[in-house]
Amino acid sequence: MANEVAKEKSMIIQKEMIAGLFKDLSTAKETGKKIVYTFVPGNISELILSFGMLPVYPEINALQSGMRKKSGDYIRDAEKVGHSEDVCTYVKCDVGMMINGNIGPMGEKIPEPDLLLLSYTGCFTFMKWFETLKRLYPNAEVALLHTPYQEAQKVTPEMTAYMVKQLKEEVIPKMEKVSGNKYDEEKLKYHLRNSSKVEDLIIKIFDTTKNVPSPIDAYFAGVYYIGPINNGFRGSEEAINYYQELYNEILERVKMGLGPITPEGEMEKERFRLVVEGPPNWTHFREFWKLFYDMGAVIVASSYTKVGGAYDLGFRVDPEKPLESLAEYCMNCYTNLNLEQRVELLGKCIVDYKADGFLVNSIKSCNSFSAGQLMIMQQLEKQLEIPVGFIESDLVDPRYFSYSNIKNRLESFFQMLDQRKHYMKV
Amino acid sequence: MKKYFLGIDLGSTTSKAIIVDENDKIIGRGITNTRANYTVATEIARLEAIYNARFSLLKMKLQDEIDSNPEYKKYIEDVESVFQYLQFKKRLDRLQIQFNDTIDKTFKEDDRALIHSQIKEILGDIGPTIREQFLYGNLGSKNQFFRDIVSEYFNKQVALFDKKYFETLMLVYDKSITSVENELTEYNFKELVLQSLEILNDKYKDLDNTTAEAHNIEFDTELNILKGNYQKVYDSLKDHIIFVSNMDIHIANMVGTGYGRALLPFPEQCIKSEILCHAFGAHAVFPNTKTVLDIGGQDTKAIQVDSYGLVTSFHMNDRCAAGCGRYLGYIADEFSISLNELGPLAIEAKNEVNICSTCTVFAAAEIRELLNVGQKRSDILAGLHRAIVMRAMSLLARSGGVRNEFTFTGGVARNQAVLKYVTELVRKNYGDDITINIHTDSIFMGALGGAMFARRDYMNN
Repeated sequence: MANEVAKEKSMIIQKEMIAGLFKDLSTAKETGKKIVYTFVPGNISELILSFGMLPVYPEINALQSGMRKKSGDYIRDAEKVGHSEDVCTYVKCDVGMMINGNIGPMGEKIPEPDLLLLSYTGCFTFMKWFETLKRLYPNAEVALLHTPYQEAQKVTPEMTAYMVKQLKEEVIPKMEKVSGNKYDEEKLKYHLRNSSKVEDLIIKIFDTTKNVPSPIDAYFAGVYYIGPINNGFRGSEEAINYYQELYNEILERVKMGLGPITPEGEMEKERFRLVVEGPPNWTHFREFWKLFYDMGAVIVASSYTKVGGAYDLGFRVDPEKPLESLAEYCMNCYTNLNLEQRVELLGKCIVDYKADGFLVNSIKSCNSFSAGQLMIMQQLEKQLEIPVGFIESDLVDPRYFSYSNIKNRLESFFQMLDQRKHYMKV
Repeated sequence: MKKYFLGIDLGSTTSKAIIVDENDKIIGRGITNTRANYTVATEIARLEAIYNARFSLLKMKLQDEIDSNPEYKKYIEDVESVFQYLQFKKRLDRLQIQFNDTIDKTFKEDDRALIHSQIKEILGDIGPTIREQFLYGNLGSKNQFFRDIVSEYFNKQVALFDKKYFETLMLVYDKSITSVENELTEYNFKELVLQSLEILNDKYKDLDNTTAEAHNIEFDTELNILKGNYQKVYDSLKDHIIFVSNMDIHIANMVGTGYGRALLPFPEQCIKSEILCHAFGAHAVFPNTKTVLDIGGQDTKAIQVDSYGLVTSFHMNDRCAAGCGRYLGYIADEFSISLNELGPLAIEAKNEVNICSTCTVFAAAEIRELLNVGQKRSDILAGLHRAIVMRAMSLLARSGGVRNEFTFTGGVARNQAVLKYVTELVRKNYGDDITINIHTDSIFMGALGGAMFARRDYMNN
């Protein structure tokens, strides 16, 4: 079946873009490009690009290893060197990959980091993860960008000033030191202008799920759609081209009244529209997706596609205020929103995209996402009287994906939605 | 022709069947613990439910006579008990053949004669004892499975032999019981019920010559009336019994649910999730139900329903089955007692021992340790039952808590100690005003929901 997977044109473009990035990474030593390891939530890639450096995202490498069925072995190796069963499996997969020669998902060696940029948004594990990386790569410089949590449901001027100060006093000087280049605000503005265009396109793309049938799956396909902006291309012209192409494709689908493309072709009948909270399982991604499209379920919005930046509530970068924009971008990532804001955001998605149900995929090893999920679920159920469902799996640890358990619960969930749609008392 | 609707719940431990009429009234119940395969299990449960439905229809047909003549009720109940005995007897006969076959295939020729004679002696004793229990005692009303009844009496008889024969005799039993239990034995209802009437009449005829002590029976009012009156009751009932025996119980639609549902040879629309069926069944029996807790063989479900009995959310145990029915089965094995004895023993506890383990396997190790340090069996069992309920409470909390009214279903709801702790902890956590519903048909709720869905689907189409 692997040979028959249907792919959109934009997916092919994306594949080439990512392959190009990994090629550049593999030749970084020869080209003299410096390497920055950083995280997806709050990835200030525009700043990295403005210094002419190349970004590496350990989370992406981990999920790619999961999809390529390599994570099980990597996790086992990380556990052998002392990481406990309960540690985030992205971390263990990443560590396992590094101690096995740091061969990346595309089969090419990923260069060692020159800078560990810890842009810290809402996940405590990030800090420990980079402490581990520092031990593995003692020669790497470390820059910490602390992102204040939106405890009071808003970004205050003091919070922005606090972050700008860190950028000026900690991050930029480290980048200058590592890259040997001076900070160039015009270059940063250029990348931010590109980002701004991409942000608009992304919002338009994910807003097409307002259509019935929805032309896209905003979770299973959505994770591919957010690939370029979260994986090295934020602020690049290639990203604009990719997202414009993707948007055109989707508009074409809307015009033709078509549903989403699945790995087995077009979804013919949309039966259920869902909003999903939580990351997907990567080790059994295809099987997991199939459980939904076989039932005619399409995801019209998901929180996971907002981890690298949430623009639904109006935030956009302002190229004329470059450092403030970077700061506010970090603070507006989904995992940096407080629980009330998440409820509000997901509730808006449920209403705007006419969802029939809300589903949580709770991740065993991700405290950052799992904390508060039950509260979010119960609040949405109460406020919107929407049927809710709860399943459990993991990011990249194949031991925690129980196909039969998930199938059993999803079947019940879909029948529950069906029942609520059609059953009248006889 | 009247239409009936069948619900089949293929659980991990037992398979259940319910037949409802056009008004959702339960008229037949069937249950089996066979683990042969789901097709056989479905058929056994379905046939049981149809036999049971014929008795229900008989009672419904004669409702006026029963109301004015209590001896009619007694007579019909007795017919049902004898009928169950005859069903049991057929299987016991089959077990005897299987025992002989097992002995011949398993043991050396020199040893066989002795084992044959020991088995013959055991069966020679347990056959009449069990007959007595069905005819004069209340074994028929206990809803025990064939295996449970036979093993209880078989174990007692084996204990009378020299210990050196224990392994051999239990090996014969273990190697034979499952295949017999997993066999589909069809009965001719009419033939069996007429045979039951004859046996029953002989029993009543002999009542003049017997004493309460001889058969350990109580000569209550109904029995005393029947004693001199049975022929008249028989004469007026016989035609009705033949009538219901010949009735065509037309199953207009059926719905399958439970873990084995995907294996049922039913059309897709006739397969429903057990979550929906349990909630619908519980809501039908207790219409004010808002929260359902179902503890089954291998899973625990916390379900929230709306005022129509439709599910709004649910939570199930993932990754671990500790706290479910199988956990109790495992614990019963550890204590070498039957599953039915667990609850009553736990209720006797003076103190509850704190059980830390949330894992079935580790709990067994913990039990041994506690027994070693002198803790009482009843106290340990009380702690175990509490631990099970604590897990269920956690699941309930995750699903949104307990809302009024609360209905407890599933096979484990029959366990009095579990019920005690559920009541105690629900009241403690959610207030004394919570109404807690529990029903003798709790194990059938999934099948009932299935049968009710079958009726609605049929009416809608």
